[in-house]
Amino acid sequence: MQKFDTLSGIAAPMPLVNIDTDMIIPKVFLKTIKRSGLGVNLFDEMRFDRQGNEIADFVLNQPAYRDASVLVAGDNFGCGSSREHAPWAIADFGIRCVISTSFADIFYSNCFKNGILPIVLPEDQRDALMKDAEKGANARIEVDLDAQTVTSSDGDVYTFDVDSFKKHCLMNGLDDIGLTMEKAASIDTFEAQASADRPWV
Amino acid sequence: MSPKTLYDKIWDAHVAHEADDGTCLLYIDRHLVHEVTSPQAFEGLRMTGRTVRAPDKTIAVPDHNVPTTLDRANAETMTADSRIQVDALDTNAKEFGIHYYPVSDVRQGIVHIVGPEQGWTLPGMTVVCGDSHTATHGAFGALAHGIGTSEVEHVLATQTLIQKKSKNFKVEVTGKLNPGVTAKDITMHVIGETGTAGGTGYVIEYCGEAIRELSMEGRMTVCNMAIEGGARAGLIAPDEKTYAYCKGRPQAPTGADWDKAQAWWETLYSDDNAHWDLELTVDANDIAPSVTWGTSPEDVLPITAVVPDPASFKGGKVDAAKRSIDYMGLTAGQKLTDIEIDTVFIGSCTNGRIEDLRAAAAILKGKKIKDGLRAMIVPGSGLVRAQAEEEGLADIFKDAGFEWRMAGCSMCLAMNPDQLAEGERCASTSNRNFEGRQGYKGRTHLVSPGMAAAAAITGRLTDVRELM
Ligand code: SF4
Repeated sequence: MQKFDTLSGIAAPMPLVNIDTDMIIPKVFLKTIKRSGLGVNLFDEMRFDRQGNEIADFVLNQPAYRDASVLVAGDNFGCGSSREHAPWAIADFGIRCVISTSFADIFYSNCFKNGILPIVLPEDQRDALMKDAEKGANARIEVDLDAQTVTSSDGDVYTFDVDSFKKHCLMNGLDDIGLTMEKAASIDTFEAQASADRPWV
Repeated sequence: MSPKTLYDKIWDAHVAHEADDGTCLLYIDRHLVHEVTSPQAFEGLRMTGRTVRAPDKTIAVPDHNVPTTLDRANAETMTADSRIQVDALDTNAKEFGIHYYPVSDVRQGIVHIVGPEQGWTLPGMTVVCGDSHTATHGAFGALAHGIGTSEVEHVLATQTLIQKKSKNFKVEVTGKLNPGVTAKDITMHVIGETGTAGGTGYVIEYCGEAIRELSMEGRMTVCNMAIEGGARAGLIAPDEKTYAYCKGRPQAPTGADWDKAQAWWETLYSDDNAHWDLELTVDANDIAPSVTWGTSPEDVLPITAVVPDPASFKGGKVDAAKRSIDYMGLTAGQKLTDIEIDTVFIGSCTNGRIEDLRAAAAILKGKKIKDGLRAMIVPGSGLVRAQAEEEGLADIFKDAGFEWRMAGCSMCLAMNPDQLAEGERCASTSNRNFEGRQGYKGRTHLVSPGMAAAAAITGRLTDVRELM
């Protein structure tokens, strides 16, 4: 997994609430058996018309935001299906950080598995960053995972919370299957006891 | 011992390892797998030389992509890309030696219907699947939730999931439901109250008289949509109905094992003084047959209401409501019962069980669907389909003008050819009314099976109570 330590980039504003995973990556693109190459289909139905032409006023089609690496989003981002194709598409497009007031649970943990940092901030701070993002390409937002800070283009600093284990894995690009396998002895012990206690399982 | 919730008890029984910061390895009793979210996980195992740790606890069934037409045995009915995923599941199931119900098997169906039906899902278990509606299995008092593909790979390799504990949310539905009001209406009504993010960070336990009175099918409908309220999982404490449903199922325990199991299951309830981080009480009397008007499951109203005015909302929801009403082609103030539909879909893991088909058949018996309307019934599994045929329900549907399909997810997410065309409007018993969910620019109104049947007859959203 790609490591995440600091990021300085253009932030695209997406104020719509409840952006769901069907919007992020419509199901027609779920037929792949690979993880890669989904960035071209990110937000497909909002981004392109039926003929495949770009819809000019969609934020990521505007010249200022084509190279965005941060999304500042409305409440409850990533709700809906568990499809990891959503973070795959986001990461493949080049977005490494999403800022909102809340994220759906499964999407939130999917992000960490794919080198994306989801940041939860209170509404007023998210709104301030949204305004900042609306300024366009010159408004670069800085994110520092180690310090747990987001800095706006005006130099306002906001701190955020992140689970220490998730932070550790993301900062070091760790494969958590490997980490869990180091605890195989605990799993073996648990399994033996559980199958004695609950043989029907 | 300090009092515990049902969630606490199941959680505690499955922690295989706990780190100092509270990060746990939760042992997984049942891992359900389908064709869309698993290929990359199996590929990951291959690339790292890992195996499936507990193949006997891993069950695969193709459902999302499969055609539901009667001629689906013919390979040509499946599009090439769908076939690739179904073939990949075939290959992976065989190569890794996991339980498998292929398309040709009468037991095939939607993964969340097959699990309980075959007795894989039992009280007190931990159940995961690369699908958000895994919450369905919570109806058995099993801790069940959706996971992403990386987590699918993690569970395949280690039979555990890295988790931190969620908070406890009690939703009590007191009193009795009125005629025409169903489990679907309960669960939609609750989402209307909490909003789609209201459950984020919580596991919901549904309790109260109205929940206890529900059949197992109804309880599955309620828990199915817990995720639409943002919750990690929904739970209902097991009781006599649960045991009766499980007993005799192919994978359920027998003999002494059954007795031992039931003795443990009987301890699975929330203690009287257990701590709740959040509580909501709903009076069953206040729940009406419900319908969604917008593009989020929280956009729910009684069928007797009118399309709301976006200005009546707050914050970001004002624009979202405007966008929804525009997308749905409605006008504020319009009566919901004046909304004309052209498609009806009855099926999905929310409402594709036998009881749902019985409810629809009760309304449709001896009636015809509106001229020109497209209506389909897609049973949740091959066994539900067989039972509906045996009970004569299939004939009622066919006589009324419904298409009687093979089992699968179908128009719930429209990955196969069962889709809405641009601008088409559907009364659907599924669980998501997102933009484009049932087809590009398709419009979805979520309803109960009885409401869907009523809409099929009149060609507009209809209060099912008028046809009872
Ligand atoms: S029926 Fe719909 S919600 Fe249920 S598993 Fe299939 S696609 Fe998901």
